Amino acid sequence: MIRAILGGISLWAIPVLLVGIPLIGMIRKIKVYDVFIDGAKEGFNVAVRIIPFLVAILVAIGMFRGSGAMDLMTNALRPLMARTGFPAELFPLAVMRTLSGSGSLAFTTDLVKRYGPDSLIGRQAGTMYGSSETLFYVIAVYFGAIGVKRTRHAIPAGLIGDFVAAVVAVAVCAWLF
Amino acid sequence: MLNYIWFALMAIAVIVAAFKGTAAGVTKGAVDSAKTAVEISLGLIGIMTLWLGIMRVAEKAGLISMLARLLRPISRLLFPEVPGDHPAIGAIIMSVAANMLGLSNAATPLGIKAMEELQELNRDKETASNAMVTFMALNTSGIQFIPATMIGVLAAAGSKNPTAIISTSLIGTLCGAVAAVTSAKLLQRFFPYPAANDAPPLPPGEGSARTGVSE
Repeated sequence: MIRAILGGISLWAIPVLLVGIPLIGMIRKIKVYDVFIDGAKEGFNVAVRIIPFLVAILVAIGMFRGSGAMDLMTNALRPLMARTGFPAELFPLAVMRTLSGSGSLAFTTDLVKRYGPDSLIGRQAGTMYGSSETLFYVIAVYFGAIGVKRTRHAIPAGLIGDFVAAVVAVAVCAWLF
Repeated sequence: MLNYIWFALMAIAVIVAAFKGTAAGVTKGAVDSAKTAVEISLGLIGIMTLWLGIMRVAEKAGLISMLARLLRPISRLLFPEVPGDHPAIGAIIMSVAANMLGLSNAATPLGIKAMEELQELNRDKETASNAMVTFMALNTSGIQFIPATMIGVLAAAGSKNPTAIISTSLIGTLCGAVAAVTSAKLLQRFFPYPAANDAPPLPPGEGSARTGVSE
């Protein structure tokens, strides 16, 4: 029921917004087409301005993964994680989730196939994937778009959020399933 | 922060490659990622143009400021530095709402729009303001009602109940968001914003200048 409502909202939200917003503009006697073009002009610049930021971040992460440093790091930290009770199989995913969206999707799909989609590990992996966004991608895109170079506490705060989300995802699944 | 992380990722990659003989993998990682980054950015042009146009209509029609006034109690708590009727609040709300509904192709342009509005209030244009970091904390926690991608993966793998992860993901993402926003608020004093006299003075009329065309 709730899922059907949310699904309907997701399906209709964009068409309704695309017509509804100009409709209210028309009622308020705004030249909607002229105003649209005026705002839309910025679109190209914004998208292009992101390129250097995104190239820098994705290349560094791509090199890190390509060298095998990623595997080395997770293997080194695995015994430490095992002591905390965090499932060792899921730890690489937790690290990857903050770095790479496509990488963590591949990791999750692999875990789901290996352990089964209805297994505890499979569901924990799926929940971890669904519980956060790719931190470094988000930082690169949003700060890149406005040219902010000093991100201050954005990365520490994001990492704490991702850490809590991962721990809660694992714990809630273990408790519920 | 990014300077160190960026350099460390690449330096470690090269050192590890020297020991493991994976230099080819490093090269491939760099070349492929550069290509992906440009594809992502260029892929945004169309949708970015569309939403920035629609958002301008919404702004002129007074919809954004209406939304901002409506959710003033929450925004005052999260973004005390931003005036209640500022378009930034409306843009932030639109972006978070799009994220929640899983409308990722609308969420990114709306989020960038929100960052541009926050940049107008920002004194030092190269340093993140407190409000920006709080908004990023909300955004990186990826609050979403239906994790559609993952449900798809589970269903494709033959799950009998692929939607079982909806409730658990929601709990995970909400806890993550609360933790991230709380951390953003607690950490802001340890990452000081440059003092007023370090920053170039605001030229007159800067408050109304649109950062999007100031290239």
